[in-house]
Amino acid sequence: MSATESRPAEQLPEKHYLNADYGIRSWLLTTDHKRIALLYLVSVTFFFLLGGVFAGLIRLHLLTPKGALLSPEVYNRMFTMHGVAMIFFFLIPSIPAVFGNFFIPLMIGAKDLAFPKINLLSWYLYMIGGALALYSFMSGGLDTGWTFYTPLSSVYSNSAVAPAVLGVFINGFSSILTGLNFLVTVHTMRAPGMTWFRLPMFVWAHYATSIIMILGTPVVATTLALAGMERLFHLGFFNPQLGGDPVLFQHLFWFYSHPAVYIMILPAMGVISEIIPTFSRKPLFGYKVMAGASLAIAIVGFLVWAHHMFVAGQSAYAALAFSFLTMLVAVPSAVKTFNWTATMYRGSISFQTPMVYAFGFLGLFLVGGLTGLFLGTLGTDIHIHDTYFVVAHFHYIMVGGAVMGYMGALHYWWPKMSGRMYSETLARFAAVVLFVGFNLTFFPQFLMGYAGMPRRYHSYPPEFQIYNVLSTAGATILAIGYILPILYLLWSLKFGPVAGRNPWPSTGLEWQTASPPPTENFEVTPVVTWEAYDFENRPDLGLDKPVIPAGPASGHD
Amino acid sequence: MQLQTSSLLPEQASNFAGRVDALMLYILGTSLFFTLLVVILVVIFSLKYRRQKQTEIGVPLHGSVPLEIFWTLVPLVLAMVMFAWGAVIYMDFRHAPADTMDVYVIGKQWMWKLQHADGRREINELHVPVGRDVKLIMASEDVIHDFSIPNFRIKMDVVPGRYTTLWFRATKTGRYHFYCSQYCGTSHALMIGWVTVMEPAEYAAWLSGGADSNQPGAGEKLFAQYSCSTCHMPAGKGRGPSLVGLYGSKVKLADGTTVVADDAYIRESIVSPKAKVTAGYEPLMPSFQGLITEEQVLSLTAYIKSLQAPAAASDASAGAPHMGKK
Amino acid sequence: MHRTGELYGHFETLDQQRESASLGMWIFLITEVMFFGGIFLAYTVNRHANPVAFALGSNTLDLRLGAINTGVLLASSFTMAMAVWAGHTGKQKLITLFLILTLVLGGIFLGIKTVEYAGKFEHHLVPGSSFHIPAEDVSAAAAKADPDFSAHAQLFFSLYFGMTGLHALHMVVGAGLLIWLIRQSMQGRYTAKYNTPVEMVGLYWHFVDIVWIYLFPLLYLIDRRHK
Repeated sequence: MSATESRPAEQLPEKHYLNADYGIRSWLLTTDHKRIALLYLVSVTFFFLLGGVFAGLIRLHLLTPKGALLSPEVYNRMFTMHGVAMIFFFLIPSIPAVFGNFFIPLMIGAKDLAFPKINLLSWYLYMIGGALALYSFMSGGLDTGWTFYTPLSSVYSNSAVAPAVLGVFINGFSSILTGLNFLVTVHTMRAPGMTWFRLPMFVWAHYATSIIMILGTPVVATTLALAGMERLFHLGFFNPQLGGDPVLFQHLFWFYSHPAVYIMILPAMGVISEIIPTFSRKPLFGYKVMAGASLAIAIVGFLVWAHHMFVAGQSAYAALAFSFLTMLVAVPSAVKTFNWTATMYRGSISFQTPMVYAFGFLGLFLVGGLTGLFLGTLGTDIHIHDTYFVVAHFHYIMVGGAVMGYMGALHYWWPKMSGRMYSETLARFAAVVLFVGFNLTFFPQFLMGYAGMPRRYHSYPPEFQIYNVLSTAGATILAIGYILPILYLLWSLKFGPVAGRNPWPSTGLEWQTASPPPTENFEVTPVVTWEAYDFENRPDLGLDKPVIPAGPASGHD
Repeated sequence: MQLQTSSLLPEQASNFAGRVDALMLYILGTSLFFTLLVVILVVIFSLKYRRQKQTEIGVPLHGSVPLEIFWTLVPLVLAMVMFAWGAVIYMDFRHAPADTMDVYVIGKQWMWKLQHADGRREINELHVPVGRDVKLIMASEDVIHDFSIPNFRIKMDVVPGRYTTLWFRATKTGRYHFYCSQYCGTSHALMIGWVTVMEPAEYAAWLSGGADSNQPGAGEKLFAQYSCSTCHMPAGKGRGPSLVGLYGSKVKLADGTTVVADDAYIRESIVSPKAKVTAGYEPLMPSFQGLITEEQVLSLTAYIKSLQAPAAASDASAGAPHMGKK
Repeated sequence: MHRTGELYGHFETLDQQRESASLGMWIFLITEVMFFGGIFLAYTVNRHANPVAFALGSNTLDLRLGAINTGVLLASSFTMAMAVWAGHTGKQKLITLFLILTLVLGGIFLGIKTVEYAGKFEHHLVPGSSFHIPAEDVSAAAAKADPDFSAHAQLFFSLYFGMTGLHALHMVVGAGLLIWLIRQSMQGRYTAKYNTPVEMVGLYWHFVDIVWIYLFPLLYLIDRRHK
């Protein structure tokens, strides 16, 4: 358990950000970054559960080759709405809008983000976008695929495309303003002594993510606006019958949507970079390289978009360039994986729930990332493009990677946000259930995809049934893995033991203030005199001095 | 007829298949190596360095430039091999050889129309000779589709407003699935068909299957040649209604009216199928106006007239379509 | 977090606040570059693909009005810069004056734009079912070179309305910001010590001006022929 010195049972602080003010207005008009983070927590959880329901229906339907549960029209709406809800309204905001919002000011010693009112505006834009998407789902649904390829989406689809596109468009501005807020905050609001290279890696990760948010999101906004206008006013940007080019849509769409996947994974990588040092009680290995790798992923990530289009009919020479660049963007992710592993070397390792999620992330992100190589390689992509191989690949990264990171963050910072601890046994059990269920759901899909089963199919030839049955069985286990945390975390709010200021303990600034923190974060603005993840020089943590063996093995940088 | 076997790798039936699989195995091997490496290291570290005393900390190692260089370069080199190998296969795939047998393919919601250079047409079927370079020249009538043949390890999008091409050389006779692999709307999953790879002699025989209409059995041959049976299956489970017992019967149309299926009705259904759509079916049937001569229409009508249900109640077994004739 | 004077509670110093506002506005303008950039890219790609129809489209635009508008906006950027200067030097009455002048010039720009748009509606140059280019305006060579002439010309006008409409929307937002600034300025809120909002709106206004400096040649000037 925790390694703090023995002391009488702690009390929650008398005044903190949760009880500083009461009433619905104090929440809906708050400018406190911590309250805004919780507003986001509730809303992204809603969309996660909604997307999960759609996924459950998909998997149930696919138990039999002819698909007994849903009509083709309804099935096509299910996978589309699953994608839209999960990508735009869960994954992209998730870690940044909940944990980035909550912890970046705390980690850098600031009282709030640079623009608190714009932070609140971001949440309202998200809610308006989400409401429009919900309206689209309920008034006929959406059946274009989350990728909105034209001319299917702009001309032929009979579903509620316009409100959905408008909802995603508005939600994009939420993303842009969040990124803007983070960038300015990290530049101008650091406490004295908090130099760039003392920042937690979580902050670097969000800095890189914010660069992508501000540069990429405006392009998808324009693209969706053009597609929406094409649909409403019968214009011809992407419709060949009116002189337009459907492949132009794909270029514009993927210019954002590829970097978007890095928006989804970089924050999770930042979380893992916090958890592994904390539960190994030693510094993150290769700090500067890790920071540089995050920036490299963000930048090179803008140069690879057309690897989604190798068989779209573009020039073969363009395809060569994009495949080459795709191989380059894989390298920093590999480097990060090795650095996380090296962080454990000669550590003092404990296995509390956040670390269990970190292990899950390491294994699943590894598989997901490596399977990206099959797709980025031209010769193999011809075969597996638009098959279940792709579906398995991105779910390994986004669920196995990003969602594991999200769950790890939730369990790592829950004591700080709520002041309470959850049941460690239940939590570890749920993490393992999640891991098992996840692999059973998605691993068969690699095999199914290589065997040729295309994606977005409501019915399939009978020889693929066995894979589908395994996948659906896994999905039911996966669902349990997600429902359990909701139950025990809510339970802990009332009945969990008081966590104290720094239960793990960890070296970050956020652990120097009370749990839950006061509204103004710090009683006195901290002055930072230590390096990141420095367990060696922190007597306040109540831990031993390091045991450094004789010889040249210490390897200081 | 060969279905996919339950072995992990689907059958290899084209010049590309073996090459793609070999590259895949290289990537798989590399991936397995790194997966095992990281997993084993994490397990070893977890066991060897697990916390013994509650207040102990780890050894403060910060980094190692040589290590970073090493584990940056090794993945880079391995990835470059993947890139180069894949690029070679891809460039070969994107540049068809000079002397190909060309087939024109039109994708439309939700069916495939294929036409051989000599005029022979197919619907949702592609017959090719083994060992011959074949090029498909493809276009879409509406949205983006994709023509994919997993056993050949190839696919290419079919885009409205332009032509796209793919080529292959089938290396093994048999029947192989092809799929639409770009989501195209409601019946995307039904836009599938079969590639039949035949020995050259068989293929030649199949090509000349359009018999003279005066010969007996001409109508039945035409029915097969124009792939009517793809949609008009005898048990009525296809995209179009069964034609068994059709002639002379009353037909309920989509607009609610009823007509008698006489010679004129059958002719109109062939040349203007959208004029009278049978209730409960989509208006998917293409028109054969200009493709079938009046003489051939007569042969087909005669054949359809001959399709009567057997006296005993027919069971629902699909099986090989056996057209009973009285 | 409460305000004491001009300092918002979550900032430590006025300097930090000004630095944050400035960096924030610059980053916002970068996102606007990406936003307009997307549609500029669509325009460029389509212009390259349909040079004949787009050339004709350009020639239907009123060069005189476009040039006047360019001058008007450049002048408004000058008056805006003067407002910022007045802010830095604490000349409160001048701040208000120059802001009002900027607003008036912006209003003239929007008025002229309205006249141009009205003309498009009148001449049936709005994409849609009523779109029609008179036959005498289309040379025989042009019609032969581009059989889909009408569709491609509609593409030009879609992009014209899209790009200039988006720009005009930004002008309207800018006008709203100017009205807010004028009200604050008339209450004496801006001094040599604190004039950040004026500076920030100035940055925004200059950006909107620069977008027009690109729009004008791209839409009005390329392939211009003397009548």
